Amino acid sequence: MYGNLSVIDAQPLDPNQVDDPELLAEFEARIARGEKIEPHDWMPREYRRQLIRMIEQHAHSEIIGALPEGTWITRAPGFRRKMALIAKVQDEIGHGQLLYSAAETLGKSREDMIADLISGKSKYSNVFNYPAETWADTAVIAWLIDAGAIINQVANSKGSYGPYCRALERICQEESFHLKYGYDNVVTLATGTPKQREMVQEALNRWWKPIMHFHGPPDTVSVHTEKLTRWKVKMASNDEMRQEFLNAYVPKIWDLGLTVPDPNLRKNPETGVWEFSDPDWAEFKRVINGDGPCNRERLAVRRMAEEQGRWVREALRKPDMKYVTPLS
Amino acid sequence: MTIQSLDPRVTRAAIPQENETEMAPIPPLDQLESYEVFHLETRGDHPVHVGSLHAPNPEIALLWAKEQYGRRSRTVSIWVVRTEDISVISVEDADIFATTPEKDYREAKGYRVGGKITAYKRQNTTEP
Repeated sequence: MYGNLSVIDAQPLDPNQVDDPELLAEFEARIARGEKIEPHDWMPREYRRQLIRMIEQHAHSEIIGALPEGTWITRAPGFRRKMALIAKVQDEIGHGQLLYSAAETLGKSREDMIADLISGKSKYSNVFNYPAETWADTAVIAWLIDAGAIINQVANSKGSYGPYCRALERICQEESFHLKYGYDNVVTLATGTPKQREMVQEALNRWWKPIMHFHGPPDTVSVHTEKLTRWKVKMASNDEMRQEFLNAYVPKIWDLGLTVPDPNLRKNPETGVWEFSDPDWAEFKRVINGDGPCNRERLAVRRMAEEQGRWVREALRKPDMKYVTPLS
Repeated sequence: MTIQSLDPRVTRAAIPQENETEMAPIPPLDQLESYEVFHLETRGDHPVHVGSLHAPNPEIALLWAKEQYGRRSRTVSIWVVRTEDISVISVEDADIFATTPEKDYREAKGYRVGGKITAYKRQNTTEP
C-alpha cells in the first residue's frame, strides 16, 4: 500500500550538466510510442532522480505500513484471521522488497535507501504515522487504505519505467486479496453485535482524516510538472485519485449503515464531483514533518531491527561478494 | 523513558524515546548479493524471470525466492542465479537485432508458392 506524498524533489540539478538533446528526443519519442524504459537505457537525470525518490518512498511505505497492522497479529480474533493477517503483513514486506529492487536498478543501493529512511531524509506514506488502536482499525486499514493504494498503483503500473511497472503488477494482484480480506472484516463487524458496529464506526471515524490525506495535497497546491506527466512518471493527479476513491467506496460505506465523519461530504449531482470539508492539510504537513502520533515509534522500531539484525548479515557476508545492480 | 506502544512487543523492547546517537553507517554489502529468480508455474512451460532478491548464498536465495515468488498460486520449480553470473547484451549493441525482422528467408511467411502454382496451371490449361 502507498499514498501519494510528494513526488517532486525540488532541489535544482546542476545546471552545468545538460541532457544530450538528441538522446532526450529519442527517449521522449519512445515513451510517446508507449514503449517502456529499461534500466540500462539512456534516461534524463531528472527522470532517474524523481523515479528513485518515488519508488523508494513507495518501498518504505510498504515496510513501515506493516507495523500498525503487525501490532494485531498476536491478538487477532481467531486462527484463520491470524493466518490471513500474517499473510497480508508478509505481502507488504514482500512488496517493499520488490520495490527496493526496482529502485536499485536506477542506481541507489539498498543500504543507502535504508539509511535515508532511518535518518528521516526519505519519507513514507503519512497514514502509517497513526496508530491502529483496535482490531477494527486493522479492518479499516486493510479495506480502505489498501483500496486507496490500489487506485494509485494501478495508475502507476501504466507508467514508463519497466521495473516499476512489473513490480506494481505483481503488487496489485496481491492487494486485491488485502482489499477483499479487509472488506470481509469490516462487513463482519458492521453486521455483528451493537458493540462490534460501534467498534468499526469508531475506527472509521479515527481513520477518515488520514484516508482523505492518503492521495496527497490538492492539485491546487501540489507541485505537478507537465514534464513528469509527459514522461509517464506521474500518471494521475492527487485529486483525480481521491475522487475515484470516494466514488467507489463512499457508497459501500453508506450501504453498511456506517457514517463518514464529515457532514459536508456529498456528490454534487450536477458536476458529479465529490465535495468535502477541508481534511486539515495543516495536520498532514505537521505529521509528514515528524510530529505525528507514531512517527518516532515507527522509525525507532525500524532502526532497532536494522541494528539488531546487523550481526547476522555480517556473519553471512563473504569476502568475495560483489555488489551488482539487479537486472530488471 | 522508553517508547510505550499499543504493540506490547514494542513496549517490551524498551526502546529509548530519544536516540542519543546517530545510527552507525550501514557497511557496503550489508544487504548481501543480488540474485535473479526464475519461476516455473506449469510443467512443460519455460521458467520465467520474475524478479530479484538479496541473499548470502544460493541455498538461502532459494528459500527466500520460495517466500517471495512462490507463496501463492502454483509453483512447480524455482531457479536462482547470482546477478553477477548473468551476461547481457549491452544496450549499445542492441542494434545487432535491427535487421532480424527483415530476414524473411528464415521464415515460413517468406515462401509463397500459391501464386506460382496458379500461374503454372493457368498457363497449362490455356495451351491447347
